Amino acid sequence: MNAIIVSAFLGVVMMFASWSIKGENKQKNIALFGLIFLILANLAQMNGWFVAEVETNNMLSFTRFGLYTNTLFYCLTFIYIWINGEEISKIGNHAADFYALFFFILCGASILTSFNNLLMLFIGIEILSIPLYILTGSDKKSLFSNEAAIKYFLMGSFSTGILLLGITFIYGATGSFNLIPPDPSILNEQFMYSAGLILIFAAMNFKVSAAPFHFWTPDVYDGAPTVFTSFMATIAKSAGFIAFINIYLVQYKPFEKTWGIILPLVIVSTLMVGNVTAVFQRSVKRMLTYSSIAQAGFMLFALYGTSSFANEGILLYMVVYSLASIGIFAVLVKMKENSFEAFHGLAKTHPLIAFLTTVFLCSLAGIPITGGFFAKYYMINAVLIAGAGIWLVVVAMIFASISVYYYFKLIQAMYFVPGTPAIGELDKTYTYKLAVIAILILVLGVFPNLLFNYLYF
Amino acid sequence: MLLSFILIPFVTALLLLFIKNDKSANTIAIVSTLGTLVAAIVVAGNGAVDFNAPWIPVLHAQFLLHADGLATILVLLTAISFPAIIIATSQNQPKQKNIFLSLLLFTQCGLMGVFLSGDALLFYFFWELALIPVYFLSSIWGGERRIAVTFKFFIYTFLGSLMMLIGIIYVYMHTSDQSFLITSFAKANLIGGQQVTAFALFFIAFAIKMPIFPLHTWQPDAYEQSPTAVTMVMSAVMVKMGLYGILRWLLPLFPTAFVAHIHVVVILSVIGILYASFIAIRQDDIKRLIAYSSIAHIGLMNAAIFSHLQIGIQGAMIQLFSHGINVLGLWIVADIIEQQTGTRSMQQMGGLAKKQPTLAILLVGFALANIALPLTNAFVGEFLMFNSLFQYNVWVGAAAGVSIILAAIYTLNMVQKVAYGEVSTQINQMQTINKPAQIVLIFLLIIVFVTGVFPQPLFDLTADSLQQIFVK
Repeated sequence: MNAIIVSAFLGVVMMFASWSIKGENKQKNIALFGLIFLILANLAQMNGWFVAEVETNNMLSFTRFGLYTNTLFYCLTFIYIWINGEEISKIGNHAADFYALFFFILCGASILTSFNNLLMLFIGIEILSIPLYILTGSDKKSLFSNEAAIKYFLMGSFSTGILLLGITFIYGATGSFNLIPPDPSILNEQFMYSAGLILIFAAMNFKVSAAPFHFWTPDVYDGAPTVFTSFMATIAKSAGFIAFINIYLVQYKPFEKTWGIILPLVIVSTLMVGNVTAVFQRSVKRMLTYSSIAQAGFMLFALYGTSSFANEGILLYMVVYSLASIGIFAVLVKMKENSFEAFHGLAKTHPLIAFLTTVFLCSLAGIPITGGFFAKYYMINAVLIAGAGIWLVVVAMIFASISVYYYFKLIQAMYFVPGTPAIGELDKTYTYKLAVIAILILVLGVFPNLLFNYLYF
Repeated sequence: MLLSFILIPFVTALLLLFIKNDKSANTIAIVSTLGTLVAAIVVAGNGAVDFNAPWIPVLHAQFLLHADGLATILVLLTAISFPAIIIATSQNQPKQKNIFLSLLLFTQCGLMGVFLSGDALLFYFFWELALIPVYFLSSIWGGERRIAVTFKFFIYTFLGSLMMLIGIIYVYMHTSDQSFLITSFAKANLIGGQQVTAFALFFIAFAIKMPIFPLHTWQPDAYEQSPTAVTMVMSAVMVKMGLYGILRWLLPLFPTAFVAHIHVVVILSVIGILYASFIAIRQDDIKRLIAYSSIAHIGLMNAAIFSHLQIGIQGAMIQLFSHGINVLGLWIVADIIEQQTGTRSMQQMGGLAKKQPTLAILLVGFALANIALPLTNAFVGEFLMFNSLFQYNVWVGAAAGVSIILAAIYTLNMVQKVAYGEVSTQINQMQTINKPAQIVLIFLLIIVFVTGVFPQPLFDLTADSLQQIFVK
């Protein structure tokens, strides 16, 4: 509860900051301080201290897992703003507005980690999504950005409508919005219940950009300003995943016979669409958007989980994937164009940047010594423990080796092709900030358990 | 003690990144690899205690290094190969030599880890660690088609290792104490079909690495396009990873599935042997010839292991070492010729014996070992392996035996074209060979003949591993 209250409050503070405090750097620092405050407030709740006692009527339930996930979201956002602060202020006129939007997104994410009621799910998703529509269209002078925003807004509202319809059906069948395992004897309208499940499933797939509901992703991610794509593809998307897992484990697991066929189909088609399409991309940004679809396919494995591997795995996957993506988008922001050609010869002129990018890419590809390896490892383990059949894992791994193809294409462009890279001005500190991310990824690649130590006690 | 095999190359590799001077970088690399060699000789002589440290407590993964006979013989091979390679190619001047050497030493670190680790997850880590530096080495310093070729090699092997990763997790789930240790893996409760699944997942990784027909297509191209030092590492040591994996993991862990598949694998291997030998006969490029010859030899070792007889496995264990030494010698000779004449085509060679008698003698020595003539080291291993293949099945043994004749044809053909005949214009350009390379070659040739005449130490060294496999 602390986090929800504080993040909403900080959002309002940032809105006022946009005209009361001049200077983008100051605004950024306020946002960073706000985030630290948010993290502390959330940690306080983990230790049993509340900003305000709120009776939620069991509509929200705060588990250790949910609260810890919140902390990770805030930390990732902190890293994201810490690195991208300058780039954010280059877009639009009031940087503080964007920070306000980030805080609202975090507020939505905090609800999504703790909802115990379908209405809360709906509210959380809306609070998360609306700022995203604005962020997508924030580059007002760019037609692409505008197009992406309108597309995202239309399709997003449509899917929200579907979600709402699904919730209504479930309410009709059970007479309650609460997220409780369905009891077959109460279900007088079996058909209505199934229809509700299918609609919610489709809507949630839309939010996490799983195939066949992924069509908005490439255009939106490509059209949005690169800094914001970075945020949308990582933290915002991860929040959607946590919500999806939460609802899936309660509402869908009891019908494992039916959903046991549909879920693998969704996973395999997501992996296929993401990986195979990414191979043919000529723009790095577009390649990364398809890769984010592919990575979503892996994250969907967490839906199988009831084991600790699934819980730990999704956290690790989220963090590592977000770190690597934030890192690589931060490099991409500095490039003058998004094509692979822009990276030619980068290793000659900027060896450290090229090396860090290689670490990020290796992590996305899941190569050992980087965190990405253990992320994939935990996911595989979770699926195998859940007994989903080894064929699914084998297929996923074949797609993982396809992913090496397009990630390494970028490494080849940087290291093996001579040329002059189209890279803008870079100061030393920016490189060091990226190095911090790379070190985090490498540390998690050797000692993944560091991330979970705080999850249990 | 065992940790030094990982640490010496690793620390040196890190250090080399900061040493810009080519000469001193080279010296440091040589000193470091010689240090590893000394350590390897000590371990081969006295044995070493296991190194064990907790690594990832949540998963019960341990950093366990263990050296039995099989591991020691491969550690010894690795330790001999790297200084030999670095010394023999020290005249070559790749750009940014310090980084080149650094990556080479990272590879050594990975290889040592593969051979020593007694924990499956650690094994997987080092398996990949050995691959990635090679990817960069070949892609940066290789020949014209390097990028595409190396990429093919990389994706092939990466796919294989991912399959192995699934296999590792699969077995891990079935262990009674949730541990990656090889001892727990051996006790894992896998019944019937489960064992076949795990077997298949591991086998793909090893089969790609060796490579077994029909998964071999990456290899000749990769050998040809890589810088020679890397080709030497790949063919002398890296391909042994696959065979080692079979001896260390596949055979002891999945005995029933292993026995169920011996016919398929032996037949595939024999097809591969004959196929590679016939192609080798047609080659004009000396590097490609050695590459195909290497495929044939590796295929033979694999067939012998899968014949599942003690004598064949004993032969393969010794041949792991001998083949590494022989092929290393051939590569070094080929590299010297290529560096000085700028050609790899055997059409343009000839008259080496007149122009460079010492080099020609060395070439003939290694060529004889390649045919496995008596008195050379390869004879001991191949004799045992053919013996076991004949015991396994006469016809299979006969088919594999044809490869001896084929090996004689292509190897002697090579010797004839390179060493004899009129002195060609290219060979005529050759100047005196540098002393260090010559010393390395002589040293390797001494190993060839000493272990050929007196192979007992190798038998003694591998006795414990062999016993372990067959007592069960």
